[in-house]
Amino acid sequence: MSQATDTTVREDGVIESVSGPVVQARDLDAKMNDVVYVGEEGLMGEVIEIEGNITTIQVYEETSGVAPGEPVEGTGAPLSVDLGPGMLDSIYDGVQRPLDVLEEKMGSAFLDRGVDAPGIDLERTWEFTPEVGAGDEVGRGDVVGSVPETASIDHKVMVPPGALEEGETAEVVEVESGNFAVDETVAELDNGAEVTMRQEWPVREARPTVDKQTPTEPLTSGQRILDGLFPLAKGGTAAIPGPFGSGKTVTQQSLAKFADADIVVYIGCGERGNEMTEVIDDFPELPDPQTGNPLMDRTCLIANTSNMPVAARESCVYTGITIAEFYRDMGYDVALMADSTSRWAEAMREISSRLEEMPGEEGYPAYLAARLSEFYERAGYFENVNGSEGSISVIGAVSPPGGDFSEPVTQNTLRIVKTFWALDSDLADRRHFPAINWNDSYSLYRDQLDPWFTDNVADDWTDQRQWAIDTLDEDDELQEIVQLVGKDSLPEDQQLTLEVARYIKEAWLQQNALHEVDRYCPPEKTYRILGAIKTFDDEASDALDAGVPVDEITDIEALPRLNRIGTTPDDEADEFVDELEEDITEQLRTLY
Amino acid sequence: MKEYQTITEISGPLVFVEADEPIGYDEIVEIETGDGTIRRGQVLDTTSDHVAIQVFEGTTGIDRDSSVTFLGETMKMPVTEDLLGRVLDGSGNPIDGGPDIVPDERRDIVGEAINPYSREYPEEFIQTGVSAIDGMNTLVRGQKLPIFSASGLPHNDLALQIARQATVPEEETAGGEASEFAVIFGAMGITAEEANEFMDDFERTGALERSVVFMNLADDPAVERTITPRLALTTAEYLAFEHGYHTLVILTDMTNYCEALREIGAAREEVPGRRGYPGYMYTDLASIYERAGRIKGQEGSITQMPILTMPSEDITHPIPDLTGYITEGQILIDSGLNSQGVVPPVNVSPSLSRLMDDGIGEGLTRGDHGGVSDQLFYAYAEGKDKRDLVNIVGREALSERDNRFLDFADRFEEEFVDQGSNTNRSIEETLSIGWDLLSMLPREELNRVDEEYIDEYYQGEAAEEVAAD
Repeated sequence: MSQATDTTVREDGVIESVSGPVVQARDLDAKMNDVVYVGEEGLMGEVIEIEGNITTIQVYEETSGVAPGEPVEGTGAPLSVDLGPGMLDSIYDGVQRPLDVLEEKMGSAFLDRGVDAPGIDLERTWEFTPEVGAGDEVGRGDVVGSVPETASIDHKVMVPPGALEEGETAEVVEVESGNFAVDETVAELDNGAEVTMRQEWPVREARPTVDKQTPTEPLTSGQRILDGLFPLAKGGTAAIPGPFGSGKTVTQQSLAKFADADIVVYIGCGERGNEMTEVIDDFPELPDPQTGNPLMDRTCLIANTSNMPVAARESCVYTGITIAEFYRDMGYDVALMADSTSRWAEAMREISSRLEEMPGEEGYPAYLAARLSEFYERAGYFENVNGSEGSISVIGAVSPPGGDFSEPVTQNTLRIVKTFWALDSDLADRRHFPAINWNDSYSLYRDQLDPWFTDNVADDWTDQRQWAIDTLDEDDELQEIVQLVGKDSLPEDQQLTLEVARYIKEAWLQQNALHEVDRYCPPEKTYRILGAIKTFDDEASDALDAGVPVDEITDIEALPRLNRIGTTPDDEADEFVDELEEDITEQLRTLY
Repeated sequence: MKEYQTITEISGPLVFVEADEPIGYDEIVEIETGDGTIRRGQVLDTTSDHVAIQVFEGTTGIDRDSSVTFLGETMKMPVTEDLLGRVLDGSGNPIDGGPDIVPDERRDIVGEAINPYSREYPEEFIQTGVSAIDGMNTLVRGQKLPIFSASGLPHNDLALQIARQATVPEEETAGGEASEFAVIFGAMGITAEEANEFMDDFERTGALERSVVFMNLADDPAVERTITPRLALTTAEYLAFEHGYHTLVILTDMTNYCEALREIGAAREEVPGRRGYPGYMYTDLASIYERAGRIKGQEGSITQMPILTMPSEDITHPIPDLTGYITEGQILIDSGLNSQGVVPPVNVSPSLSRLMDDGIGEGLTRGDHGGVSDQLFYAYAEGKDKRDLVNIVGREALSERDNRFLDFADRFEEEFVDQGSNTNRSIEETLSIGWDLLSMLPREELNRVDEEYIDEYYQGEAAEEVAAD
């Protein structure tokens, strides 16, 4: 977290009562949302309610043993994060304490209490290259230079929003290249403001922007069902609800690995410790499909596992999105994954019930919907204050109790997000992954992204997709009949539709996240696989019209090869599909 | 330490006391009743003038004049390597008539969270000898994999079979000696009969000497159940991370634990969540289940196998639901299979092991393992789908393909899953049964296994034979 250097310690208060993560203090002079240090051990907390001379605090650490009478110390500053180079390739807890530094400081694999650490390394120096010269005019948010943060990302050093008023400019008096620590001045302005690499920003407040625009570019994910049927825009919002075991985390991780964002912020909010460990182990090894550098070079991880303090779980999504906004300000496309937003909502519920607030639906606080929409609204495609354009795409996993989508968190999320990827336990049970239900899911970005796909992938992208949707719809209706009377009693053309739909499901929609080739499918290949299935459908219909029995059509030798396109390396896939399409056509035409 | 005789209210498991000194949250309390018995409790809420205490052993016999002593520390578990072979009650006191425990260390039972950065990702395959688990839902060292069961089903037999048979075969070949697990058994609210079943098996197989048993029986105080799993896990952490043991923690029955949580929540007049369970139950369960795992640079490990009975087999009930969201998969016991006489009656389809993919494959189990299990899952699901259909239209009306899958599903249950509770199958045996079954299907149906493995293991003739029948 941010360690404010200039805050003055205010008057101390005294603990009045302790109940789990909620502590009440008497005579504490603090503002709403100020950070305070609680008890002899100085546990970090945040002011969440003020009533008379009683201040209620949510504590970000375990409170066992804390007793009334112990002191509470205010900092006078709200919960803030440190922003600057060094955030990528890092792993933080919910209040931006680096977990590797904590391990070192605590000398143990277990998380102790009352240990603090700055969010970015204050000692480390970075090689700064100016992009402005003395005499240049700069406004707020303007880039004065950059440092190579990782092999993939140039970290832009910007004039902090607080240094100037909106619309105001100042002249650069001095700017130097060289190696600097994050707190050293790299540029000086004529109004006396000094620009350093490090900025602080309160997490609950969105960083300023000029304008929010309509997103028109897809965030390609390398997942066929997403790119092909339910695309997400850069700057868009998506929700993945699903019961346990349906593959929320695998989908989130696939997106974190393969989405064509510049920066990925991955928030493990109240989830499993081993899952975060897996990310920590895998990401440095895996190459970013865009740059070839290790994925970790573009990734910032925030891990607040389910057994870490519940109040820090409440704050971790804010910490994450504030970091995302900082990179957006530099003009990057950021993708933020929050796994899972339900745990965040539950943290709100837990704190709320300790405060004895009047509960809303299912015990969640009445402000649940407001908090969720506030958070998702921080996503978008923005024009930044420095004139650059950047985006934040937010993908939130939702864990509905019992897989029932009618519960408050899912419902309130669906009112806000424009893309809905519904996970289905029936598909998961038969190990059809990603277990995204093609009938229930939707993307409201489809129309506005179509021009991009038509221009960049194929002219008939939308037609082909519509064909796939129609076939799947028809299949869905036919399946009901098949359940009653069996497949063989259907007319031949409908039997063919079933067979074609089966290939769409097995060869196209299904994708193996663990196979080294299949896990990432570029949009071109997504298009080709579906094209091959459509070729079969067209040719087979002709054969059927010519009187060939459906059994013979579906028995041709080339057909099972459709299932192998996904695992064919990308550079051979085109040739493989060409050949397959030829073979299918030829083998079908010899039948009549 | 000051004694108070200032009890103001007694309600269910809770006692409210006025105190004039600061009392720490979670502190341990001793309450002495009129007849001299001592009850222990824990501080749930503390303010500058009064304290709410949850009493573990029940509030019967406590009155306004009972004296209350605050011990000034949180709940500790005395730990030592000598605990192995011992039987303790739900509060950690020996009940096997053995000598007093001389602790090496006293540890806080509310364990601190493992820093995710310090964890080692679990990927060592544990061979349980049960095909439905090894083949389809593989367990790895450091995983938390619960058994979801229901009343009247033989989940205990499965747990015992796993406790008996679990080994890490990789080490067997490398080190010459298979490393056995130290079993930490935490019983919460199980009946004396069930407890006997476990104890008899432990004694019969000699497993007791590498076990620590915590027994809170059905007639023991319900509130005590909230500390029993924490005592067990504190012991496991000590053995694993101080002495390098590989521990297997079996907790049964988590449903009783959750009932105890609900009881306390109700007594405190908290705003209830779903079905009256407290809103913080997810966090509370996580503080138990997340205490499984491995730590970088440490020898030992904690593998957890909690057992819970789903009320009326409803997997969406809050207890299995929240558990499933925290644990790394689940093994489902199915009453349908049980009545068919399948032992163990594991329904593999809704079962899952999230850590399976990293624990299997070349060098760990066998290269074809992943493909085989995917293919078996698919074919079994396909076959089960056809069962509904066959009830309506009859077998004759089905295509040959459908009939094959129907046969497959039947044989899968009879040959793969139903192995009996005393059979210990190696992973090779499990996979070769898998291939036997897959060989019933035409080769082109096997689209989830790599070609090279089909060439190596698929026995095409078998498929022809079935077709000829």
